[in-house]
Amino acid sequence: MREELVTVRNLKKHFPLEKGFFDRLLVREHRFVKAVDNVSFSIMKGEVLGLVGESGSGKTTTGRLILGLLPATGGEVLYRGRSVISYSKKDMEELRERMQIIFQDPYASLSPRMSIGKAIGHPLAIHHLADAKTSKEICLSIMEKVGLSPAPFLYRKYPHQLSGGQRQRVVIARALVTNPDFVIADEPIAMADVSVRAMILELMMKLKREFDLTYLFITHDLATCKYICDRIAIMYLGKIVEIGPLKEVFSRPVHPYTETLLDAVPVPDPRFRRTHPMPKGEIPSAFNPPPGCNFHPRCYIAETRCRNLEPGLEKVGEDHYVSCMVRGSWGSRD
Amino acid sequence: MARILHIEDLRVHFPINIGTVRAVEGANLTIEEGEVMGLVGESGCGKSTLGLSILRLLRPPGRIVEGKILYHGEDIVRMGAKEILALRGGRIAMIFQDPLTSLNPLFSIKEHFIETLRTHEKRIETKEALARAERMLSSLGISPERLHEYPHQMSGGMRQRIMIGLGLILNPDLLIADEPTTALDVIVEAQFLDLLDDLRKRFNLSIMLITHNLGNVAQLADRISVMYCGTIVEVGPAQTIFDEPLHPYTQGLLASIPNIKLDEPELKLMRGSLPDLVSPPSGCVFHPRCPRAMDVCSEEWPKTAAVNGHQVNCWLYR
Ligand SMILES: Nc1ncnc2c1ncn2[C@@H]1O[C@H](COP(=O)(O)OP(=O)(O)O)[C@@H](O)[C@H]1O
Ligand SMILES: Nc1ncnc2c1ncn2[C@@H]1O[C@H](COP(=O)(O)OP(=O)(O)O)[C@@H](O)[C@H]1O
Ligand code: SF4
Ligand SMILES: [Mg+2]
Ligand SMILES: [Mg+2]
Repeated sequence: MREELVTVRNLKKHFPLEKGFFDRLLVREHRFVKAVDNVSFSIMKGEVLGLVGESGSGKTTTGRLILGLLPATGGEVLYRGRSVISYSKKDMEELRERMQIIFQDPYASLSPRMSIGKAIGHPLAIHHLADAKTSKEICLSIMEKVGLSPAPFLYRKYPHQLSGGQRQRVVIARALVTNPDFVIADEPIAMADVSVRAMILELMMKLKREFDLTYLFITHDLATCKYICDRIAIMYLGKIVEIGPLKEVFSRPVHPYTETLLDAVPVPDPRFRRTHPMPKGEIPSAFNPPPGCNFHPRCYIAETRCRNLEPGLEKVGEDHYVSCMVRGSWGSRD
Repeated sequence: MARILHIEDLRVHFPINIGTVRAVEGANLTIEEGEVMGLVGESGCGKSTLGLSILRLLRPPGRIVEGKILYHGEDIVRMGAKEILALRGGRIAMIFQDPLTSLNPLFSIKEHFIETLRTHEKRIETKEALARAERMLSSLGISPERLHEYPHQMSGGMRQRIMIGLGLILNPDLLIADEPTTALDVIVEAQFLDLLDDLRKRFNLSIMLITHNLGNVAQLADRISVMYCGTIVEVGPAQTIFDEPLHPYTQGLLASIPNIKLDEPELKLMRGSLPDLVSPPSGCVFHPRCPRAMDVCSEEWPKTAAVNGHQVNCWLYR
């Protein structure tokens, strides 16, 4: 059996909705955005789990909850089988070194006034992990590994003096400097150009082998998952609607939302032009989600019960789970 | 088929303090009546500059230094201010990546339509203008009630539909769409491409679809122009551009993008990055990144060759 490195159980994050002045006078009770609503999954050591969904579906919030960057409304995060809630302050600090995150926009996540060397060494400094000399050695060696060379030359540069691809390498180097074993990559290539995207994906896979990493790869782009993920989880309005091995989900999607998402992926070959129109409708606002199955207003197989009852994840195949009443085992799936 | 647009040897420069950005440098592009021309290339290669030149919307210090832009045979480069104004919105419509920058937050959608109609038909009655706006919305599948909403009350996809409506209300025959779906989520993006495909037929439109997303052009374009460093390096029918790309840049670009339908396990990397457009490379601008470059490539710019129905600028095909 492979080890579960990170597990989330019934994770919830409900943000109180900003109320306008009159609302505050008139409406007593708080309203909430259910950004993450009862999410459970685990990530095996050494695997890449893709977390996929349209913007606003709750991917980033899930990532931040796992890292403890946000307090959860409910549920728990387990690291190597142990609930993070039970961690002492010292354990927690160590955990922060083990888990790191790479953000979408390298420009926004780097301080313009901090040199590249300083930025990469920053996590070592805040965790008091190395003296200045050792820190520099570690940074230079990581810089070479992520392809920031000549490292001693780039070490003194500032973010604006680098290309977009190089800045993303800096962000990756900074995430790896504490020698983590779990990395969350939150849309790491969304802002990059085509050629830079391919390069970052390749780099991430190379580093995974070299540093024995486990990834949670957050993206809105299913096509990219194909090159990096072992399993994928599809998220819609704060919930996981389908999770399973990548190949199986791609070739045999069960949830109607997964079908629609796969169908919408633009294929760079006119031979695969979509000939039927996309279903109409857009993702509804997360503070007032539809009752029952929250996908039902956009669902082409919805039945009456879908408007009233809420489905949960059910097994539909080896390691493959789906949250749909019609397609799940309750329904009449052939 | 008649030729609706013919761009010839266009050069557009931005003089800045450290030199001159040669954003468009000898570009040639044609659009036939009723066709969708996809203009693709990495960001910074000059796509937007080329699109904006057509409506003479270049931001200073941008300047057309040479070349022709023939629209139904008339040279836009030499038109006066009045003719240009009649062209914008009237004969040629343009939409951008972020509709919020083109919509006024203080005006309702209704007011946007009235304003647009009035700039071209000064005396149009409010009632008549509203009736036309309603008809336009319903042909876009939008409820006429949304005319009373303000831009910020709408989703990104809806705003982009409104922009299309404002663009088409004066019955143009050419639509320039600059990265229209780049800010949209994948399902909304696909819905928007469906809409464009539907509109081109119903409104008899020719479309210039500018994008870095090769999946989008594959879905919609009849022909594709591949841009690199301010110039068009290859043009051909959509299917054969994807099946048999001739230019090493087109080949590299296609191999480096994810394709969900293919079984190949890895993406191929294109080495290097887009050069500085202030001092572009000599000879073939792609030679520093080209895996097949020869001595001649750094010395002289390859002339356009016609090969297998494509036009290609590369010394491999002289
Ligand atoms: N700090 C916050 N305060 C209030 N609402 C938030 C906050 N962060 C995220 N949200 C809301 O939670 C939902 C999920 O957001 P997010 O996790 O960023 O989604 P994704 O990363 O999938 O785009 C959205 O509706 C968003 O507006
Ligand atoms: N107003 C401007 N001033 C100076 N340079 C500009 C300006 N607008 C665009 N450029 C430059 O022109 C080149 C082409 O830009 P653009 O046409 O926006 O490319 P694309 O749309 O393909 O991304 C880039 O190098 C860009 O920096
Ligand atoms: S002309 Fe030479 S350098 Fe340019 S693309 Fe062709 S082979 Fe490569
Ligand atoms: Mg996000
Ligand atoms: Mg552009």
